[in-house]
Amino acid sequence: MKAGTNLEKVLESGKFTVTAEAGPPKGTSVASVQKKGELLRHCCDAVNVTDNQTAIVRMSSLTGCLILKQQGIDPVMQMVVRDRNRLAIQSDLLGAVALGVGNVLCLSGDHQKFGNHPGAKGVFDIDSIQLIQTLKMMRDEKKFLSGEDINGEVPLFIGAAANPFADPSEFRVSRLAKKVKAGADFIQTQAVYDVDRFRQWTEAVVERDLDKQTHILAGVIPIKSAGMARYMRDSVPGVIIPDEIVTRMEQATEAKEEGVKIILEVIEQLKEIPGVHGIHIMAVSWEDIIPEVVRKAVLMPRPVL
Amino acid sequence: MKTITEQKPLEEITQYLEKCKKVYLIGCGTCATLCHTGGKSEVLEVKANLEANGKQVVGWMVIPTACDELTKYALEEEAKTIAAADCILAMTCAIGVQMISLHLKEPKLVYPALNTLFLGMEESPGHFTEVCLQCGNCVLGRTAAICPLVRCSKSLLNGPCGGSAEGKCEVSPDIPCAWQLIYDRLAAMGRLDELEEIEPIKDWSVSVSGGPRKSDVEAECADTP
Ligand code: SF4
Ligand code: SF4
Repeated sequence: MKAGTNLEKVLESGKFTVTAEAGPPKGTSVASVQKKGELLRHCCDAVNVTDNQTAIVRMSSLTGCLILKQQGIDPVMQMVVRDRNRLAIQSDLLGAVALGVGNVLCLSGDHQKFGNHPGAKGVFDIDSIQLIQTLKMMRDEKKFLSGEDINGEVPLFIGAAANPFADPSEFRVSRLAKKVKAGADFIQTQAVYDVDRFRQWTEAVVERDLDKQTHILAGVIPIKSAGMARYMRDSVPGVIIPDEIVTRMEQATEAKEEGVKIILEVIEQLKEIPGVHGIHIMAVSWEDIIPEVVRKAVLMPRPVL
Repeated sequence: MKTITEQKPLEEITQYLEKCKKVYLIGCGTCATLCHTGGKSEVLEVKANLEANGKQVVGWMVIPTACDELTKYALEEEAKTIAAADCILAMTCAIGVQMISLHLKEPKLVYPALNTLFLGMEESPGHFTEVCLQCGNCVLGRTAAICPLVRCSKSLLNGPCGGSAEGKCEVSPDIPCAWQLIYDRLAAMGRLDELEEIEPIKDWSVSVSGGPRKSDVEAECADTP
């Protein structure tokens, strides 16, 4: 075991794993994080807390993780390189480990242009692949990037993102390979709607044996309304929603029910794809639906290890 | 290579000049002329504008190349007229502004009329692109001669990110994704295997993060009269 977190244990056990994402508040309310924790604790193996997602300022991921941790939930701290240089990254990591956070997801971060502080200076001192390397070095060599020794252990279970649908599509497997080489223990992918295209990616991943060197969780985002489907199709970088799904949402009399139906169909197929070790549910501002989705996908109860 | 500039909003210039009655205007015959921001016609336009707003333009000139050391002599020749002005409005790039300020015999306020944007490469006639931020440790040899630091919106050394779609950057459909360009060029040369290597963390101490940079070279024309 690298960090011995619940997420690591469930993935290592070979069971189909479920993680979900919780966005921290645009404010100081502990209760709002706790509410999401309560909602998700029985239907997920770990919960990601986003890090100034879409470059909008929110409570820090580390704080959100700590609140979840106090509720007995295994948190995944997300960390973007947009907002921190190498000093801040390493010190935040020491703090996270000291407080018992073991899973960290390494991200570039959405460009600051998309957020509520578009005039901010993007840091990008190191990139997301170099962030993975940094964490691995801190854990395995117990050294800072400077080469100096770290006092104490740095148990970390290192995560990274992958977008099988981005371009250049031929490079997407190589990029995953780079992340694995850098030290990614688990991967959470961008939302899958086009399962066939996702399958092509996983086939190439399996061919390179990458699924044996890392754990891949396929991302899913339940769609709440036709408007949300259109918005994600047209305006969210990295997400690809086939027109057919947008049409289904537009024609549905009960949009929310249709959204759940679509996501369950996707999950059903994902379960059967070789190389996929679980799902990661990103129900942006619709976290309430997650227990129902997990239950209807016949993924309850979650294993206790 | 040209220094690309754009004129500041008139309100900002007006604010600068609030306490000045008499203004001396300086343009530049090189990059700013090419950008139509500080050539003779722009200088005269601003002159007319200032005069219409109650300012007195005591004199003006367009220095051939405001960023070079000959600026010193141009200022000396105009010293008398400049002495009569409360301030100088420089329609030059920021280097020109600083050059003028450095070589004034009597200290005087020099205000920039332009925003200096970037060092541009002329990709096609009249079309300039920022292609280098002078990072002090060039990686072009590993990126098919396309700079990931300025041409990728996130300065990724190991790109592309998950936002790259159909050749465009996630930031805007008007920005080509630098890493798609790098990929395509390496693919055309049959050298895609190079992209599997992880580019190491960058040393920013040789860039602006290391403090002001200086360089001493043998001067070519130290004794120009
Ligand atoms: S790598 Fe550095 S020196 Fe080379 S083009 Fe980019 S910014 Fe300029
Ligand atoms: S889309 Fe391409 S250019 Fe834009 S940030 Fe991502 S890698 Fe860089």
